[in-house]
Amino acid sequence: MSLTHLKLMVPLNKADAFAALQMDILRLQGFKSSKGSAVDVGLGPILHAFPKATFPVGAVHEFLASQCEEAAATSGFVAGLLSALMGPFGTALWISASRTLFPPALKTFGIQPDRFVFVDLQKEKDVLWAMDEALKCGALTAVVGEVHDISFKASRRLQLAVEQSQVTGFVLRNNARKPGTTACVSRWQITPLPSDPVDDLPGVGFPQWKVELLRIRNGKPGVWDLQWTNGRFQQVYKPHSVSHEQSKKVG
Amino acid sequence: MAKRFVSIWFRHLTTDWFTIGQPHLKKLPFVLRANSRGRMVITAANAEAESKGIRSGMVLADARAIITTLEVQDDKPDLIERLLKRLAEWCIRFTPFVAIDPPDGLLFDVTGCPHLWGGDVPYLEEIVKKLSGRGYDVRAAMADTVGTAWAVARFGRAPLVVAKGQHIEALLPLPPESLRLEVDAVERLHKLGLHRIGQFINMPRASLRRRFGPHFILRLDMALGQAEEMIEPVQPIVPYQERLPCMEPIVTGPGIEIALQQLLETLCLRLRQEQKGLRTAVFMGYRVDGKVEKVDIATNRPSHSVRHLFKLFEIKLPTIEPALGIELFVLEAPKVEDHFAQQEKMWEGSGGLEDTRVSELIDRLTGKLGMHTIRRYVPDEHYWPERSFKLATSLHEKPATLWRADKLRPLQLLSTPERIEVTAPIPDYPPMLFRHNGKIHKIVKADGPERIEQEWWLQQGQHRDYYRVEDEAGHRYWLFRLGHYDDKTYQWFIHGFFA
Repeated sequence: MSLTHLKLMVPLNKADAFAALQMDILRLQGFKSSKGSAVDVGLGPILHAFPKATFPVGAVHEFLASQCEEAAATSGFVAGLLSALMGPFGTALWISASRTLFPPALKTFGIQPDRFVFVDLQKEKDVLWAMDEALKCGALTAVVGEVHDISFKASRRLQLAVEQSQVTGFVLRNNARKPGTTACVSRWQITPLPSDPVDDLPGVGFPQWKVELLRIRNGKPGVWDLQWTNGRFQQVYKPHSVSHEQSKKVG
Repeated sequence: MAKRFVSIWFRHLTTDWFTIGQPHLKKLPFVLRANSRGRMVITAANAEAESKGIRSGMVLADARAIITTLEVQDDKPDLIERLLKRLAEWCIRFTPFVAIDPPDGLLFDVTGCPHLWGGDVPYLEEIVKKLSGRGYDVRAAMADTVGTAWAVARFGRAPLVVAKGQHIEALLPLPPESLRLEVDAVERLHKLGLHRIGQFINMPRASLRRRFGPHFILRLDMALGQAEEMIEPVQPIVPYQERLPCMEPIVTGPGIEIALQQLLETLCLRLRQEQKGLRTAVFMGYRVDGKVEKVDIATNRPSHSVRHLFKLFEIKLPTIEPALGIELFVLEAPKVEDHFAQQEKMWEGSGGLEDTRVSELIDRLTGKLGMHTIRRYVPDEHYWPERSFKLATSLHEKPATLWRADKLRPLQLLSTPERIEVTAPIPDYPPMLFRHNGKIHKIVKADGPERIEQEWWLQQGQHRDYYRVEDEAGHRYWLFRLGHYDDKTYQWFIHGFFA
């Protein structure tokens, strides 16, 4: 089919042919053309890093974190994405073998915590099995799984599952022994940044992160500073300098 | 539908059982003994011993006087009950309705069963053949009433199948003992010269009642089918049950899957027609060696979807050990609830928690990983962080109150707060620095304190003063001081990590 496609496209013009071929490649790689149902996840300028400038749903995203603080930042960023993806009626599964997520805090990121189903397991192997099973269920919006290590083969299984069901998967890798190669569509690393004071008042400001898109299939990796403000992502432009003066709000 | 019953009489139940274990006893006169008031009394004798005039109830010494080479073994207490129960369960292959009839029999309600074996006579022959094949000396009879079947099995002559509606004629030549009467009633009948049921069956009821009591009339009516007789099955009858006997014992995985698929299809068809859905199901395989292999599943909402239920079972099928082969498969649905098709359509594809696909997924997960692994939370009205949410009882439970968002809570919460060492200006300033896991964090920004009191009606203890702090690296923590600063016993803890 693609051959005839090619023949048809060649006489037109080179740029068009390239674009068409790129589309074909995307389709073969499992990017379904989202028929006008692209979800606005509110990532703003980051969207240009993605193919077709839309956040890839129906794909598995991988997040690396090396310590608890980063894991908290990562879960915050993921929760921000989920709040946009889930909308008011979506359902998501949170599968983990060592969950420290505090459900009521999800409300801060605009998610009703009761729309989450938590699956708390003993073994990592079961987490992967449960994720595989859950990603096949098209009624879910997203599946979040916490695992330390994931093999290429396992990640391929997850990718194949989501290509069928169009569920979005998030693999949170806390303290991964080595990042390795995976079949996930992207790899992110979220690190917390010092917050900006709000209206020059002392105290802790809005959560702010350095969002590193380390790898993205058919996209452009990059680094951004984001802040979670009033229920949405906001890009921050500032020189990386940390003010050391004590600013405390005590009441 | 007219009822049909089979009564089975084990003539030498216990001695047969001993003979099965020790075949050399078959040709020998053999008795079982038990101690009764300081004497050894015979409790059972085999056919060989009985032919020499030894009866149960005899003193052992008397029996030894008749046959010096008598083989004697100790009787086991409760042996009869255990044997009968086991045999009854084994006989469920013939009819689902098997009852124990102590001391030496079984009762089947075979209504609607014999035609599966090709009629009454082959059915009864098959029962006798199977039981004799196991080494038991049995007599079985079939009739329209329990009483008649019982009487014919023990006292009747061939043919032992009493045709429909012929049970009164069959009773006429039998002795009064066959009516299961009390001993003195039987004695009195014989004294009066009434040796056949036919001699008194047409006597006026009033005079029979006056002479022999109400029990006599009841037994007579039961045998004649004028009074209902309740028998209690060894296994409660599950109304939603499908059975699949196999021509050859099944030993392979694919064979078991085919059996399961067939059973599910018939059961689900029936459930769909009755607008029901099952909540629990048990799949059993009766093995050739008499053991029963069993797997069970449960669902979150009533279901009659073959595909879904098969998937649930599929996870557990490998635990079935066919051993020498499985000859009968049974699928039961002990718990069934109303399930309307329209209702399902309404939720289909909505993509929320109400979607059937979600509950099917949860069923699959719980089937493999256990019920306790799935958790969903709804808010609870407590300020104490660990109590601010509670487990939802079902997938569909709606939160009774709103989730609070006015107080910031950390995304990652340690299950137990960890001790930290701090430097903090008193009285209630946030710490300037703290040490956690050997690492020193210098605090740059802080919010607080937020005091959360213990709920004294639930738990005694000190209050917590929470601070939200940020260190130089931009990491955000939730710290608290337990107790008043002027107590000198206060302690600092880290409880969570903010995003």
